Amino acid sequence: MSDLIKLPAATLGAMLSEGSVSSVEVTRAHLDHIDAVDADIHAFLHVARESALATAAAVDARRAAGEELGPLAGVPIAIKDVLATSDMPTTSGSKILEGWVPPYDATVVARLRAADLIPLGKTNMDEFAMGSSTEHSAYGPTRNPWDLERIPGGSGGGSAAAVSAFEAPLALGSDTGGSIRQPAAVTGSVGVKPTYGGVSRYGAIALASSLDQVGPVSRTVLDSALLHDVIGGYDPLDSTSLPSAWPSMAAAAQAGLADGALAGVRVGVVKELNGAGFQPGVTQRFEETLALLTAAGAEIVEVSAPNFEYAVAAYYLILPAEASSNLARFDSVRFGIRVNPEDGPLTSERVMAATREAGFGPEVKRRIILGTYALSAGYYDAYYGSAQKVRTLIQRDFDAAFDKADVLVSPSAPTTAFRFGEKLADPMAMYLNDITTIPANLAGVPGMGLPMGLAPEDGLPTGLQVMAPAGEDARLYTFGAALEQLLEASWGHTLLSQAPVLTPTEMFASEEGAV
Amino acid sequence: MSEITAEQVAHLAHLARIDLSPEEIDHLTADLVQIVDSVAKVSEVATPDIPATSHPMPLTNVFREDVVRPSLTVEQALSGAPARDGDKFRVPAILDEE
Repeated sequence: MSDLIKLPAATLGAMLSEGSVSSVEVTRAHLDHIDAVDADIHAFLHVARESALATAAAVDARRAAGEELGPLAGVPIAIKDVLATSDMPTTSGSKILEGWVPPYDATVVARLRAADLIPLGKTNMDEFAMGSSTEHSAYGPTRNPWDLERIPGGSGGGSAAAVSAFEAPLALGSDTGGSIRQPAAVTGSVGVKPTYGGVSRYGAIALASSLDQVGPVSRTVLDSALLHDVIGGYDPLDSTSLPSAWPSMAAAAQAGLADGALAGVRVGVVKELNGAGFQPGVTQRFEETLALLTAAGAEIVEVSAPNFEYAVAAYYLILPAEASSNLARFDSVRFGIRVNPEDGPLTSERVMAATREAGFGPEVKRRIILGTYALSAGYYDAYYGSAQKVRTLIQRDFDAAFDKADVLVSPSAPTTAFRFGEKLADPMAMYLNDITTIPANLAGVPGMGLPMGLAPEDGLPTGLQVMAPAGEDARLYTFGAALEQLLEASWGHTLLSQAPVLTPTEMFASEEGAV
Repeated sequence: MSEITAEQVAHLAHLARIDLSPEEIDHLTADLVQIVDSVAKVSEVATPDIPATSHPMPLTNVFREDVVRPSLTVEQALSGAPARDGDKFRVPAILDEE
């Protein structure tokens, strides 16, 4: 295995810039590693070997010709399959879009290309981003690089597994209720859900339009910041895009590495996101992280957000309602598969219903039916209307909490990675995985997930979630980079350096039950 | 307990244009009863004095200049269609015979 794949994107960018390595070498090293391990990990739904190498060669040629390129030029990246790519299939993890190649790029993808990153391929996900384990992908689950019998989180399990298995230094994700932060927690990686409207949603296949946000996935806080700078900012093609000017997230992360960056920072611990139902090892690492922060001069304050208790309930009304409307576009006319009913007349309505029966998986059907119910006459006020009021209450809780604290922290997920099948039969058990991450989506505030150590009882990664007020994404990067530095100094290594080494032979042996 | 029947789920499936098998309807009915029981707790705190929030960052009147800008070509727009007829999407009969 080449050492190049172990390097952070920031380091690769610097080496590419000084000419000590070429983009073709870096890209080939990652493609070779994908070839070696992805049969077992299954992070990718599509690998664009030829075009990645061609793009890398073109970037190398321009650099050789003396062109000034950006800090991530020539660095490979994996792209979640929810994002439209004009040169790669885009399925959102669903059979209904099998083989679809969109006629345009998502804005974030166009920005990656403009910044000369090298798209390696598309990553696996729960169908239409509905899930917390990738078990709802129509193309089979992704496996957690820390333990192949366990889930990599979801919906962006493919992107998180790709970076934590060293198949890519960077990836794009999307986060509607935790789909970037929860996979980061269970794979020992980093991910950020930006402020709602901070990153364009144009070309992101919509799940729930008032909650969805695209964001960076990486192994270090600085790498996420560098990627955030590439993809973020106003986009006239997204009418919910914020017209604000944003500071450099990379500069914010660098500021966090300076001495004393945590001194005087008020860190709010959300009482309601740290209690019963959390795995003991998660709670232990969380308490230790708070102690480290205190020692570094931060001030820990307890804050209460009483309405967070209702967040999961509100979310599972608002999300299905919006999803049932958004997914109405899969009508077997403009894109995707078409399936005719077995008998009876071929009308548009009957063809649409037969197509959706064949093309949607069980979780998608469940949420569309639930959303249709929540929006029906007679139930609308009691369910959807009430959920929207809870959203107001949760925003007020955040406002009150941010009066007392600069950032809020909680574990990113209540447990470490669970085993395949463990929660598949019980939808509510699956939904409760996102209890810590959902409030940020309901309020639109930014959230970051970063590793906070291995749980003593099972040796698997735990994650810390950090939240900031809307628009204060830079604060997350300063705080996150400072804390990451502190944690790694306390461990004496990065968390991912402790992950089992993946080799094709070893994988084969473990699957066969041989020694 | 919520009163959600298999009949109701079949009706919702029709509204959502998804053919469901009788087994799927049975499963979904049980799921829906459980999920709706859990999410119904939103009504505990949603009192009449609380305004509803539909969107995290309220933006109003997002307009652009009324000028022609590049858009998809006919070929691009039709590139993903399951069936086409010249420059148009080809669809099954729109109206039922009934």
